[in-house]
Amino acid sequence: MTDNKLLEVEHLTMRFGGLVAIDNLSFTARKREITAIIGPNGAGKTTVFNCLTGFYVPTEGRLTLHANDGPRLLERTEGFRIPRNNGVARTFQNIRLFTGMTVLENLVVAQHNRLMEASFFSLAGLFNLGRYAKAEKESVEKAKFWLNKIGLYEFADWNAGNLPYGSQRRLEIARAMCVDPSLLCLDEPAAGLNPRESAELNVLLQSIRDEEGVGLLLIEHDMSVVMKISDHVIVLDYGKKIADGNPDAVKNDPAVIRAYLGEDEDDELPPEVAADLNLDPKAH
Amino acid sequence: MSALLTSSRTSGSEIVKELAFFAVIALMMSVMILGVKTVDRPTGLELAVRWDLVVIAILSTIVGRLALIVRREHLSRLGQAILITIAATTVFEMFVRFREMDDRMAPPVTLDMAFSSFASVVVAIILLAIVFSIAYFTVRKPGANEDDSKPKLSAKLQVGYRANTKKIGILGIAFFIMFPFFFAGDRSAIDLATLVMIYVMLGWGLNIVVGLAGLLDLGYVAFYAVGAYSYALLSQSFGLSFWICLPLAGLFAASFGIILGFPVLRLRGDYLAIVTLGFGEIIRVVLINWYDLTRGPDGIGSIERPTFFGLADFGRRVPEGMVGFNELFGLEYSSMHRLIFLYYLILVLALITNFVTLRLRKLPIGRAWEALREDEIACRSLGINPTNTKLSAFAIGAMFGGFAGAFFATRQGFISPESFTFLESAVILAIVVMGGMGSQIGVVLAAFVMIGFPEMFRELAEYRMLIFGAGMVAIMLWRPRGLLSFRDPTILLHMTQKEKAVGETK
Repeated sequence: MTDNKLLEVEHLTMRFGGLVAIDNLSFTARKREITAIIGPNGAGKTTVFNCLTGFYVPTEGRLTLHANDGPRLLERTEGFRIPRNNGVARTFQNIRLFTGMTVLENLVVAQHNRLMEASFFSLAGLFNLGRYAKAEKESVEKAKFWLNKIGLYEFADWNAGNLPYGSQRRLEIARAMCVDPSLLCLDEPAAGLNPRESAELNVLLQSIRDEEGVGLLLIEHDMSVVMKISDHVIVLDYGKKIADGNPDAVKNDPAVIRAYLGEDEDDELPPEVAADLNLDPKAH
Repeated sequence: MSALLTSSRTSGSEIVKELAFFAVIALMMSVMILGVKTVDRPTGLELAVRWDLVVIAILSTIVGRLALIVRREHLSRLGQAILITIAATTVFEMFVRFREMDDRMAPPVTLDMAFSSFASVVVAIILLAIVFSIAYFTVRKPGANEDDSKPKLSAKLQVGYRANTKKIGILGIAFFIMFPFFFAGDRSAIDLATLVMIYVMLGWGLNIVVGLAGLLDLGYVAFYAVGAYSYALLSQSFGLSFWICLPLAGLFAASFGIILGFPVLRLRGDYLAIVTLGFGEIIRVVLINWYDLTRGPDGIGSIERPTFFGLADFGRRVPEGMVGFNELFGLEYSSMHRLIFLYYLILVLALITNFVTLRLRKLPIGRAWEALREDEIACRSLGINPTNTKLSAFAIGAMFGGFAGAFFATRQGFISPESFTFLESAVILAIVVMGGMGSQIGVVLAAFVMIGFPEMFRELAEYRMLIFGAGMVAIMLWRPRGLLSFRDPTILLHMTQKEKAVGETK
């Protein structure tokens, strides 16, 4: 299993001034697996994503992506280079589409780097020379493939901002997939979706894992999504990892239950569980 | 009486009250600004009162309010006709007095004259009756509302424009190519067209930066200046010809764009605007103070005029080793030849700017510019290098500014830092914003409105700025996002351009 590693996070710490958002976090995400990161609000989940995708430079720690061409150190890569060459693509908690551009344009923009090379940095493209025309056709084909997959083929010429909310979520995922990532980070993809849309999302994510062979890293509050599709769950609380394992194990982990449901002053946990967890007597 | 005037809500006295209220406001606003003026007399400064202007201001306020009331209230036909007649009479009277103030105009007919004799009273009454009956029979009956299901004219126009943008563009280009044939003998018309075309080119150049990449640049004139001085200095110091200097001027301006861009493009929005504004001023101040190189405020004079692609000269006295343009083509000598050549030169330069922009929009770089304008963070997450993308927009925009600058220098024959003030940047930016960000045809329209009209109506002296201001307010009210603010998709899968336009106007 060790050669199946996709992402290795080692001793990741992120401080903002005095605030420790992530505290010595280590975990591994594997290829062709869906890894979910869950935790209460403010646990530092999105900060992990921002470190992975180069929006923050971590204070300490090492982030290694085992892409096809060997290991890469993400914390030393400039933000905009991280998605390149089968790198890390992501979506955002509050959808960030190019709302004034059409659905198709959104997907073509995502293939910028390949097209840019094909147009010889616009010089050849200006006169429609070289392989640009062919490359553009390919990019449209790829966009069509993803449009069919997310069921928006009919809406290709709509402005992205005019789509309904659920479709915008799916479009953002398709756009990230057009970057050809080896790891796809999804920040709350099911937020604001109705149960039917949420079920469709599960199918989409599973097909990305099984058919495209991409590893997924998922922040989610919707447990119906997390428990159904993820292969591996990591629970964060106050920037620390409190559980790590398969969904069933995590579901029954008392530390997780405590983090989610809160801890009563008069300590309702059975004494043997408390002993198991090795709780420090907290000075409230 | 009031029941006769109005069909429903407002009574006649309420209308009068409303009008009186606005008249008082107009009086308060205009009495100090328009009513008194300091005049320099031999005896010293004196105050001159100009009540006529105050009256005009109040009357125009009343007329405007009347128009609003007619639009707003469900007046009876009679009420509408009466208000329209009053408004028409007042406008006529104002117009007449306005002409009277300008002593170059012939003495007009006014209401005073109308009431001077019995016969003229009759004539005036008959005229009023005609106006009234026209008003009465043309106004709509109250309650007979227009059919809402019919698409509005503006929507139809919008679809028509967006479906035929290409045809309109080609017609426009044909018009501008034919233009010198219509006005072959008219020096001022060609000159004005050349001036407008310079601003069209500058607008198109800035459109890449502001309209496509969404970077607010308040110092665009700096690149214009760099282009102009590059040509002037290269030509005077090294004797290089215009045709060699033109690409060099573009290159220099583009390098300045990159030099400015590197430190600055991390900033966004307002901060970027301030820094570019500062850069524009720095260039101007350097041009003023670096006397050894630029001859400071004296400017650079007798800049070489362009030749006919190095083949022939346009001057009356042809330098040695050159042929005159008229000799080359066997024509009579005419000073118009150079003007028309300059016009075509700037037309070609502007069209190159246009076609390069249109092509770049459909290339990955252009799509990245637009994506960057929409959301920079999303762009980074897709592997687009924001700095390089912005720099390319800045450099390409600056390059076209440089070309225009070199043309400006060779057309004027004289340049000084005075030509490159902040006001120029503001005008170019206004052209882009008014045209509708990113719209190529909009820039042409806006250049006409901003440069062409004020020049054409020079006889109106200070009043043209008043009209200009009113026009600006009107545009803010009815087209706040610019004259033609539609974005055409760069690629479509199913729809045609027209279907897309129809879908968006509904």
